[in-house]
Amino acid sequence: MRLTVNRETMTVKAHPLTRLLDVLREECGLTGTKEGCGEGECGACTVLVDGEAVNSCLVPVAQVQGRRITTIEGLGGTHPLQRSFVVHGGAQCGICTPGMIMAAAALGPRPSLEEIRIGLAGNLCRCTGYSAIYRSVQRASRR
Amino acid sequence: MQGTVSGRDLLEPRSLADAVKMLRDEGPLVPMAGCTDLYVALNFGTLRPTRFLNLWNLDTLRGIEARGQTLRIGALTTYTDLITSGVIRRRLPMLAAAAREVGGVQIQNRGTLGGNVANASPAGDTLPVLLAADTSVVLRSAAGTRRVPMTSFYTGYRQTAARPDELIVNFEIPTVRGRQWFRKVGTRAAQAIAKIVVAGVWDKARVRARPRLAMGSVAPIPLRLSQTEQALSSGASLAEAQTILQREIAPIDDLRSTEEYRRQVAANLLGQFCAEALRR
Repeated sequence: MRLTVNRETMTVKAHPLTRLLDVLREECGLTGTKEGCGEGECGACTVLVDGEAVNSCLVPVAQVQGRRITTIEGLGGTHPLQRSFVVHGGAQCGICTPGMIMAAAALGPRPSLEEIRIGLAGNLCRCTGYSAIYRSVQRASRR
Repeated sequence: MQGTVSGRDLLEPRSLADAVKMLRDEGPLVPMAGCTDLYVALNFGTLRPTRFLNLWNLDTLRGIEARGQTLRIGALTTYTDLITSGVIRRRLPMLAAAAREVGGVQIQNRGTLGGNVANASPAGDTLPVLLAADTSVVLRSAAGTRRVPMTSFYTGYRQTAARPDELIVNFEIPTVRGRQWFRKVGTRAAQAIAKIVVAGVWDKARVRARPRLAMGSVAPIPLRLSQTEQALSSGASLAEAQTILQREIAPIDDLRSTEEYRRQVAANLLGQFCAEALRR
């Protein structure tokens, strides 16, 4: 099966029903995407498929053949969102951070606070209380 | 992940005709759309050994189309499609309201209207909307097409009128006249399964118009509240209608709420519906 992950075409051997999350972590070696709840509740495993945020724990890999997949690694480490999360305390323990950043990356270039709240409503954080996360996303879009 | 995929098969139809043939010849198969319910069961190991039919690439099952008096919504239409559709905003805003309350953005991008209906949870957010809108479920099999009114689609807890060889292909909704109303009561705005969910329509411009009202999470199936509707249209007081509502619903205690709470909130929601749907 051929996948396009972070602009790179890859061939994977996984069973077609394998979760995209497991293929990314175990076959592609992209462990930045985290597993939290495994039931679409927490958003830790969020990646983009054709630019749309999805929970990779609920996606069979067969359904993303030929689509563009972007993981946290695809942002390159210096993306304005990544820098902003560091500078403004948007990350604490870190387990939710890749999912938060990918969900934020799916928003438009200058999201309002309301759009950020809605866009990140499917991502749970147990450390920050969200204010620092919203602030990080807002400041990133002001650059 | 506690469930396993090894030993499970996935069939990949290339067309709708192909899919219904597979259902007839190679069943039983579980149709697979956005997987937002199916993969929760698979991940937790509660799904019985099953063969799946992947519908995700059948684009003929996507789309929203208003033709004359009928609004047609494809089974694979996602919640995000519903939220962003101008046609839905104009003709069926209560469906957009329900779609906005499903999960978070990630679920809305993948979850489908057909999946919500087929999953047959009594708590499904869009189901009271489809009931109150007098929706017909269009089912296709290799033998042909038939339409089942939403009001007779659910036959018992998680049971539907669809046969194992039939696919939900789309929904047909006649023009809805009057004010549309939707409320979901849950523990938080996003990612919560409803303690109670309700949709209603009331055309205040027509004298003695009969309201249409449906509720979820108050019975083994999503309920159209026809006796309560009848009471309201024949001029019953709110208190009388609330008494009839209590006889019509059969809520239970479960991990999300209690029977007592659901009965109280159902009565309150009926009061809100009467006040807000009739307000100019």
